Amino acid sequence: MDSTRRSFLKILGVTAAGLTVRPSVEALAMGVKPKGAAPFDNALTAKRWAMAVDVGKFTGETRKAAIEACNKAHNIPHYENHLHEIKWIWEEGYKHTFPGQENEHLPAEIAREPFLVLCNQCVNPPCVRVCPTQATFQRPDGIVMMDYHRCIGCRFCMAGCPYGSRSFNWFDPRQQASLKDAEGNFSPPNPEFPSRTKGVVEKCNFCAERLAKGQMPACVEACKNNELIFGDLDDHESEVSKALRKHFTIRRKPELGTQPQIYYII
Amino acid sequence: MKIYDLGKVTVGLVIFFLVFTFPLYYNMGKATPPPEPNIQTEAIAAMSEPVCVENTEYMRANHMKLLNEWRTSVVRNSNRAYPAFTGVRYEMSLSNTCMECHSNKEKFCDSCHNYAGVSPYCWECHLQPKEMK
Ligand code: HEC
Ligand code: HEC
Ligand code: HEC
Repeated sequence: MDSTRRSFLKILGVTAAGLTVRPSVEALAMGVKPKGAAPFDNALTAKRWAMAVDVGKFTGETRKAAIEACNKAHNIPHYENHLHEIKWIWEEGYKHTFPGQENEHLPAEIAREPFLVLCNQCVNPPCVRVCPTQATFQRPDGIVMMDYHRCIGCRFCMAGCPYGSRSFNWFDPRQQASLKDAEGNFSPPNPEFPSRTKGVVEKCNFCAERLAKGQMPACVEACKNNELIFGDLDDHESEVSKALRKHFTIRRKPELGTQPQIYYII
Repeated sequence: MKIYDLGKVTVGLVIFFLVFTFPLYYNMGKATPPPEPNIQTEAIAAMSEPVCVENTEYMRANHMKLLNEWRTSVVRNSNRAYPAFTGVRYEMSLSNTCMECHSNKEKFCDSCHNYAGVSPYCWECHLQPKEMK
């Protein structure tokens, strides 16, 4: 036996290294506990959520109702100054909804009536690519979601989004008159949903919190006449799949390759 | 060895010492009593066996970690139902679950947090019981 001392030292070294493994594993595993966390049984799920907007069915009133329902469900404040506006779902004229398609001769109601627009829940969302903190991410079911806890307010996503679907909180939403009661206290219309705070960006989440409880998105629910058709595009028999097979639809700025999942039935 | 201005230096040192140790004797005999989180709320009184979502020792030591896990689970993994150690399923929500039972935030959460000098910023967005009504 010539290298006893050497091999002894090697074994010693390996043993010492081994001893450090357990404490570090324990430290890493500490408090990792939501064992068994799961979706609710009645949650609405899909492989690819999408929405069809049946433009012809809309009136000024139903558009207002859809916007109002969303604002209430998510405690969205109202700002007079349009530069400060928080927009999850809003009205936009033809020119800005479908730029590049402003034919000189259009049906009067198309040229005149605004369209309902919201986050397109793109298949290739540029906002997700530019977000430096992964605060914006895409769920497996296609919803482009924001984790407000990670948002640092850099606004890259606002620059990245070609549809203006993201809004920055320049002010504390809780200080806005529209979210206050008569005595001036913060009084959110939906006590179950958090507000946001100054310095974060926000956007439509396809009502992820409602789907999780088996409810349709607030705007869809507010449109009593099937003006908004919401469902799973991966399911051949879903209402939205049927609507897309039956009607010719257009999407906003398809040439950009973002693959919007909001379809407009014209 | 000669020290210049010994008198002035000594006076200076004494003053410095007194000022430096001021916090010590100022707080002498004034130990803040440890907090006693109050669990007298309607929701908890209605429970046959008042228990939290995990056992009390775990909650005391780890509730902030549990909340972090809840938010990751809800926001990023779409898992919103939590089986408590009792088997009851709860919605994983700070305002809608924790604060439903612990609706006396001032006497419960804040009593500890003021003592420990932590002020979670969660309430800038998440609603407190008094705002939920
Ligand atoms: C079903 C009602 C209920 C819910 C929901 C609940 N708690 Fe509790 N919690 C209790 C009760 C009751 C106790 C006291 C248990 C005891 O005294 O043994 C308690 C104890 C605690 C304690 C320890 C207090 C101490 O005396 O050290 C903390 C911290 C705590 N809860 C935080 C939370 C947080 C955070 C949540 C949300 C994740 C939550 N609780 C959800 C009922 C609830
Ligand atoms: C038994 C005392 C106690 C009670 C009761 C308690 N906390 Fe805490 N909490 C603490 C302590 C101590 C810390 C700081 C721990 C640290 O810094 O490591 C803390 C930290 C936190 C944090 C992390 C703060 C940060 O800045 O990282 C959150 C969030 C939190 N508590 C929420 C709650 C909520 C919500 C309740 C009431 C439902 C509650 N706590 C009740 C003692 C308590
Ligand atoms: C910038 C605003 C903001 C701040 C600050 C914030 N949250 Fe949230 N949080 C949200 C939003 C928005 C959701 C999504 C709610 C949903 O989808 O139901 C959420 C969801 C959660 C959830 C799961 C759902 C629920 O209803 O509670 C938990 C748990 C949570 N946050 C914990 C925390 C804790 C703990 C803190 C403080 C350390 C915190 N949050 C700070 C905005 C915020």
